[in-house]
Amino acid sequence: MKLFEYMGKELFRAYGIKVPASRVATGPREAVAAWEALGGTVVVKPQVLAGKRGKAGGIRFASSAAEVAKAAGDVLAMEFGGQKVDKLLIEEKLAIAREYYLALTVDGAARKAVLIASASGGMDIEEVAEAAIVKRHIDPAVGVQPYLGRETAGRLALGGTALKQFADLVVNLYRLYREKDAELCEINPLVWTGGEFVAADAKVTIDDEALFRQPGLPRVEEKTATERAAADLGLSYVQLDGNIAVMANGAGITMATLDTLAHLGGAPANFLDAGGGTGTEATARALELLLANNPRVIFVNIFGGITRCDDVARAIVSFKSERQVDVPLVIRMVGTNEDEGRRLLQEAGISAHRVMVEAAAEAVRLSR
Amino acid sequence: MAIIVDENTRVIVQNITGRQGSFHTRQMLAFGTRVVAGTAPGKGGQTVEGVPVFDTVDQAVRATGADASVIFIPAAGARDGAFEAIDAGVRVLVVITEHIPVADEIDLLAHARRKGVTVIGPNTFGIVSSGKCKIGIPANHFFTPGPVGVVARSGTLTYEIAANLMDAGLGQSTVVGLGGDRAVGLSFVDVLSLFEADPATAAVVLIGEIGGNAEEEAAAYITGMKKPVVAYIAGKSAPPGKRMGHAGAIIERGRGTFAGKVQALAGAGAQVASLPHEVPGLIRKVLYA
Repeated sequence: MKLFEYMGKELFRAYGIKVPASRVATGPREAVAAWEALGGTVVVKPQVLAGKRGKAGGIRFASSAAEVAKAAGDVLAMEFGGQKVDKLLIEEKLAIAREYYLALTVDGAARKAVLIASASGGMDIEEVAEAAIVKRHIDPAVGVQPYLGRETAGRLALGGTALKQFADLVVNLYRLYREKDAELCEINPLVWTGGEFVAADAKVTIDDEALFRQPGLPRVEEKTATERAAADLGLSYVQLDGNIAVMANGAGITMATLDTLAHLGGAPANFLDAGGGTGTEATARALELLLANNPRVIFVNIFGGITRCDDVARAIVSFKSERQVDVPLVIRMVGTNEDEGRRLLQEAGISAHRVMVEAAAEAVRLSR
Repeated sequence: MAIIVDENTRVIVQNITGRQGSFHTRQMLAFGTRVVAGTAPGKGGQTVEGVPVFDTVDQAVRATGADASVIFIPAAGARDGAFEAIDAGVRVLVVITEHIPVADEIDLLAHARRKGVTVIGPNTFGIVSSGKCKIGIPANHFFTPGPVGVVARSGTLTYEIAANLMDAGLGQSTVVGLGGDRAVGLSFVDVLSLFEADPATAAVVLIGEIGGNAEEEAAAYITGMKKPVVAYIAGKSAPPGKRMGHAGAIIERGRGTFAGKVQALAGAGAQVASLPHEVPGLIRKVLYA
């Protein structure tokens, strides 16, 4: 779960990480009030989850009530990666002596958290030369001790008070990262004002799997209505833009189903992993989600293991009769209780394929 | 021969009294796996499918000499259960549980590494040594002994390809599910190196997917392998930035792409199948052509 910048900065503040003075505003009038409270030149920043706000022209500087009102109005009317802007962060403009990059994230290959830092702040870390990036893996039993911050600071050519401040910052950021179950804490740029470090931006992503033990954190919804409905059923759904609705059981085979359809010239409308061991009721409700996209054809690909084909067949039959579905259904069904599943479908006038690629070809043909 | 587990492996089922734990205990016993004990705190002294239940893993290990454990504990308690098994002295730990917080996975994997314990998973279907031992959840009839080693990140896709192989008359030596999460105990390279040394394995099927860089690392290893490798990568049509069912199946910031993985594997000399059903034909080609 990604947090908005202003939420990330609230967490930073709570963990002793310095952030610019700021106010949240939802319209030009509130933005002007924020400017009056902050004074001088302010930065107007859209609160969206998409990156590259600056490159899209969404970060504005303003030094008068009129400028702030205009900037706020302009930015609120913009969209970033399809996201509308509901809130603005109005923030004091920092005196920048130097910009750094600092992040903590998961390195799955190393099975560890990793500290990433560079003296080339303000640009995407992907665009920074590998040699200019400091990476330190963190042993979970040791955590981040101040020395790790001092060593990292040293490699960024920091010394004196900056070195000590940087070490404190890194320790605090890791404390936040662990205690809030973050999978990403990124500060870019981390501004050195000449006297102190200030986090000019905050990208904080919380591990979705740990939300159950983070009741104190705000909830940010990035899912579409259908993705949310699927998540509430315990299923995994991703919206795509084709016309073949897809349900399969298991992440890998669902991806392979999409790939097979695309390979044959079809266009999947969604990814829906109905999971292993899904019963009749949940399967029927999952099928209903597929109708949300008004597909030309529905393709169900079941390799029964824990999932029983007869359960799925019952779900399909009840879905088709109760919802009066006239969208063509293409079923591929093999595995546990396959014969019984096939018989139930046949009684309802539905035929089922055995071979995945043959079924996919029929779905593609019907989608045209 | 088999890798990691065999007919002598003695298995504990953690949370054996749960719905999944009891169901799969029955299935594993039917496969021939030596399930010697189960655990369920507070239920010591009971039996499930004839298997004795203990309160703790330590008691189970001391009473039965078990050397492997499989975890069916819900996500919130999985780290505790894993630490318990590691500290009780098992050699192999299979973590079936899905949705474990990644910080807990990092903790348990680091502890396992320190103690020299092999972890399969988390979020895995398990490991199957055909005809000898199954620790995990695939249906028993998906497997038959044969010369093909299979290593995968995904369960049902593995069953699909294993069934395709069986239809083509090709059985498996050992089938290993690495797990679908970002941080898992074994890498493709770990398992490929075991297959390379395993006399029962003549060729390897690698089933990967988008996200992370495990397939790219595998490609670097495959360059030096003597045994042929056939690969299939799922997720060609996945949009970037979206988790495709598995926590680890996501293209982030341009990394972990389908094209990058296929290019790396093909460049290393692996045969890469465009679709799952092409795998048996490619295995026949590398084994018998």
